[in-house]
Amino acid sequence: MSVTAEAPKRKASDYISDVKPVWCPGCGDYHVLLSLSRALAQMELEPENIAVVSGIGCSSRIPAYTNCYGFHGVHGRALPLAAGLKVARPELTVLVMSGDGDGFSIGGNHFLHACRRNVDLTYVVMDNRVYGLTKGQPSPTTEPDWDSALSPGGTGLRPFHPLVIALASGANFVARCFSGDVNGTARVLIEAIRHPGFSFVEILSPCVTFRPDEKQWKTLVHPAPVDPTDDPARAARRIMTDDGFNTGILYRGNRSPYRAPAASEPQDPGVLERKFVI
Amino acid sequence: MSAARPPSESLSVALLGSGGAGVLTAGALVTEIAARSGWYGFITRSVGPQIRGGEAAALVRLATRPVGCMDGAFDLLLAIDWNNADRFAAEIPLTPESIVVGDPKSGTPPDYVTQSGARFVEIPLAEIAKGLDGGRANMLAVGIVLGLAGIPGDRGAEAIRKQLSGKGEDIVTAGVATLEAGIAQTEAIADTPQLAAPPASSGERWLITGNEATGLGAVRGGIRFAAAYPITPATEVLEWLAPALTTVGGTLVQAEDELASINMAIGASFGGKPALTATSGPGLALMIEALGLATAAEVPIVVVDVMRGGPSTGIPTKSEQSDLNIAIYGCHGDAPHVVVAPLSVADCVFTTQWAVHLAEMLQGPVLVLSDQFLGQTKAIIDRPADLSFMTRRSVAAEIDAAKPYHRYATGEGGISAMALPGTPDGQYTADGLTHTPRGTPSSRGEDHVAQLDKRRDKIESHDYGAHWAEIDGDGDTVILCWGSLSSACLEAAAKLRAEGVAVRTIALRLLAPLNTARLGEALAGARRVLIVEQTHSGQFRRHLQGHVAFPGEVDVLARPGPLPITPGEIADYVQKWRS
Repeated sequence: MSVTAEAPKRKASDYISDVKPVWCPGCGDYHVLLSLSRALAQMELEPENIAVVSGIGCSSRIPAYTNCYGFHGVHGRALPLAAGLKVARPELTVLVMSGDGDGFSIGGNHFLHACRRNVDLTYVVMDNRVYGLTKGQPSPTTEPDWDSALSPGGTGLRPFHPLVIALASGANFVARCFSGDVNGTARVLIEAIRHPGFSFVEILSPCVTFRPDEKQWKTLVHPAPVDPTDDPARAARRIMTDDGFNTGILYRGNRSPYRAPAASEPQDPGVLERKFVI
Repeated sequence: MSAARPPSESLSVALLGSGGAGVLTAGALVTEIAARSGWYGFITRSVGPQIRGGEAAALVRLATRPVGCMDGAFDLLLAIDWNNADRFAAEIPLTPESIVVGDPKSGTPPDYVTQSGARFVEIPLAEIAKGLDGGRANMLAVGIVLGLAGIPGDRGAEAIRKQLSGKGEDIVTAGVATLEAGIAQTEAIADTPQLAAPPASSGERWLITGNEATGLGAVRGGIRFAAAYPITPATEVLEWLAPALTTVGGTLVQAEDELASINMAIGASFGGKPALTATSGPGLALMIEALGLATAAEVPIVVVDVMRGGPSTGIPTKSEQSDLNIAIYGCHGDAPHVVVAPLSVADCVFTTQWAVHLAEMLQGPVLVLSDQFLGQTKAIIDRPADLSFMTRRSVAAEIDAAKPYHRYATGEGGISAMALPGTPDGQYTADGLTHTPRGTPSSRGEDHVAQLDKRRDKIESHDYGAHWAEIDGDGDTVILCWGSLSSACLEAAAKLRAEGVAVRTIALRLLAPLNTARLGEALAGARRVLIVEQTHSGQFRRHLQGHVAFPGEVDVLARPGPLPITPGEIADYVQKWRS
């Protein structure tokens, strides 16, 4: 008698909608959508119990391409919108999908405070080191000498280091992935979603249109040579001294997730009036 | 005690002194004692920009009926000291009828006091207080005000106990003794402005600030999530809501800025929790983009703007109605949304509760335009009735899996049922991009127009009932106002009526969408319409004239903050216009 493995309850395609992406052929974000759908299928989460929240940018178009509840908000504000949703509805799985401009430039302040607040969210930034939707301007992670119409000869600015900033601000889980490694990214996303508190996953996701040089990333990325640490100082030192292409889970913390104060038993609003009575 | 003048239906008292002198506590006690003795009234405070110290004034108005605005002049001014008192010259107008009490050893009164012709009474406050066991000059001042106004001191102990709770019975005993010593000081003073007897008790009364009333209205309306970023003068709405929401099973989250707070509220409401944030002008400016998002994505939220002087940082501690333009017209694109304004401290409860109902019903943002005066004034009010609105958000609770769910379905009335995350087969993406009925991003003209029509129709076809305005009196002279200025206008109309002028007052609670049909009916037969507003540029007049053809002559009494527009000024303006 042969034993047949139980058929998986969910397929990756259950998480993908019929809306056709606006992304360019070859964009790394297609792979991120694929990784995400595989991760969610493996976790067997019900699509209706997942919310995908985003801001503005190429990568932020992703909610409509999933078959989950989605919110495509304004530029840079996906994190607070997602935090409000998660605090109001803690039983939902809330994913925040962003890009390097949305997440680190216009939304930079929210990034710091989302790490501090440690609401149980998974924050995925598809980093292509360029503003793609507006056709090729330097972002906070762009190299200082990258030439563009808006900043001829380069910005001359030091690139932002999101992983280290996340650590310094209190993120509870920090990882770097490469979009071309679909299964590796899916594995990391599963861990990130499962990890309590604020999980930050930076996915190097090439923009083949405005940054054709990023096609080379597939030859540069490599798995991190060491296991993740729970020591943020050690993790920060490793990340600051690596070549920028180490992938995998780099830090796993154990801070308690954000918990809003709660009454043991909610009372009728009428009790609030007593202190006003003369 | 002594009296010669006829008793007055209203009495205005100013207590002033430098920081630490305790004038705000003294004013609060006078108000509390008057409240417990059956009078109506309110206390508002005037402070400098300093966080601690500096000079402060407690401005108290007591009356035999509910009052909601400053009077034109002060009957009593009591100064514990005169340090920097000249900065209050414009805020504490005095007349020859006024009585000024000062300590001869605590500096000299400023010119505006001496030149007002007010009767000056010297009482050595510091010296008398020093001679009493545990005596303090501010407690003595409380007694002096009570004595001059003819308010009995017998409710003093309970008021002190409430105001200074936790400081021990010794403080209460010393306080009562000092207060009585203060009353005794006034026995020899003749011809003081006595308050007429309080009205018979009409049921439960409250002592509440507009900001607290706003918080309570929000909770009554069903708000269970708030996001907060502190800003003067709105912070107390949020500070009141923090523990209150916890009590009723809700949550308040402190955000990193106003961009975050409004987006948190949108996120919570997308999840199904009625949500609110409160701010003032500078914060509202930051929230405008997300206000458009809530309009486009059709997410109910309430945004309370406790207005202050603007633009930019302006005068954070003073009232103005100058956020009207940004509240109604601030969004880019065509983004119709509801804007309402409470008409009094008590009305902050109802109007905020109504705002929650409208946001939930109409699935979009509703702005509540309160202001610093309403927000930070603590008033004695009759308990506001708890009106419950039966209609709630239209939620798609069960969805037919065989048909695609159309979150933004167009059709009669423009309201479409909203699926909440967790509902099987209801998955959609809420989007600020123009979208199809299904929610899919679209740049097609027909989708754009269909969704613009939908959003306009749902707020314009709603029946706002009788709440859109309060209309009082009759006559071919009309005073037209909104929000916080309503009390002053109603009082001006009463004054004019007493002078034989028939006046109609229309106080708008619903500012957008403007109820042009009902406003037209309310204006029928008007020969003169005076628009009264606390702005520099006449924002309200422009808003009205963009929508309404007035039947008669129109004039506007528009003045920016920080000084209040008083009933006397409005009445004089009308009289001059008529002659």
